[in-house]
Amino acid sequence: MEKVHDHVQRAAEAPALPRRRLTETESFRDLIKGLWENNPTFRMILAMCPTLGTTNMAINGFTMGISTALVTVASSATVSLVRKLVPSEVRIPAYMIIIAAYVTVVDLSLKAFVPELSKALGPFVPLIVTNCFVLGRAEAFASSHGPWLSAMDALGVGLGFTASLTTLGIIRELLGFGSIFGMPVLGSWWVHWVIMVLPGGAFLVLGLFIGIIKYFSPGGTLGGA
Amino acid sequence: MDVLLIIIGAILTNNILLTTFFGICPFIGVSGEYQAAAGMGMAVVFVLTLTIPINWLIEHFLLQPLGIEYLRFIAFIITIAFLVQIVEMFVARFSPALYNALGIYLPLITVNCAIFGTSLFMIIWKLNFVQSAALGFGAGVGWALAILAMAAIRERLRFAPIPKGFEGPAITLITAGLMALGFAGFSGMIHMQAFGG
Repeated sequence: MEKVHDHVQRAAEAPALPRRRLTETESFRDLIKGLWENNPTFRMILAMCPTLGTTNMAINGFTMGISTALVTVASSATVSLVRKLVPSEVRIPAYMIIIAAYVTVVDLSLKAFVPELSKALGPFVPLIVTNCFVLGRAEAFASSHGPWLSAMDALGVGLGFTASLTTLGIIRELLGFGSIFGMPVLGSWWVHWVIMVLPGGAFLVLGLFIGIIKYFSPGGTLGGA
Repeated sequence: MDVLLIIIGAILTNNILLTTFFGICPFIGVSGEYQAAAGMGMAVVFVLTLTIPINWLIEHFLLQPLGIEYLRFIAFIITIAFLVQIVEMFVARFSPALYNALGIYLPLITVNCAIFGTSLFMIIWKLNFVQSAALGFGAGVGWALAILAMAAIRERLRFAPIPKGFEGPAITLITAGLMALGFAGFSGMIHMQAFGG
């Protein structure tokens, strides 16, 4: 909160200076951090269940990513707004109830507007309730920052998650069905690697991805043992 | 017979960890040590066997009669958090040995998506009370079996030459992929109206 205040004050005191570029603001930095530095899938190794379960097709991964991002932004902003009202002993259950409420909204919206996608994602949209990084952002960031910064932080992580899921979805769909977002791109000569869209393929592709990323940026990944 | 099929199906053909990916985070995090994996596996079997029938009762005697099924996610997550807490207190009071064995793994189970996910499957598959209890038990045993197998494999992996960057999570995921391929061999043995992952 102090930082935001400071930033507002500085902006007010120095009107003569050229306007700060968007890329230099604190909120922008928090947003970008989530995309790569704090990328939940590849760097923090969190939220593995939806990552593995919904990336058999690019569109499924993308929808799942956007749904999770929406829930993360809404719940982080709400947690930040009520952070001074909630006693710290019951904060985790309180956050879970806030998250569960937004997940219900997103789940019902998907059922109403894109019923086929909702069916394809199955139990994974409700499972956002137990997604570790949604609760993680609420606890680690939103509980100690203002609503705007919290929403930006959550948006960054949410978009980072969407990007990872879409990338994995594109690779698995391309190898498994020879198409991207449902459009056939590899000709009829392509022999479908059906294994890529089966559970086994999910583990293999994600494992290779994390291994290769860690090879090129050692010490970057956390989590696991 | 029906119940037996559900249990075997949940353990082998529809293993919640290897075919529907529930509870992967603790699977990767805790499988590094055999003792810890055993504790976590036991805790999951325990909580799953209890929560699934209780969530069934809540769904059929509270949510459906009142017509408030849209509150299902909130109701289930509260039940799970509450039950885990109660189980923890009970075990601490009556069986300190078991409490020490389960240790820190009990509280962690609240955010283990295997519990919440299996509760949703119970609704999707429209199971009755006894079948739900069987599903909870079978799913728990299946999860425990997978994490124990992985922990045993990782004990061997410790002395294996692993390419740079692939130590830890990456090699665990690839090994899990090979295990999932193995378990795929069971599919077709029992036909459950499965959700295609």
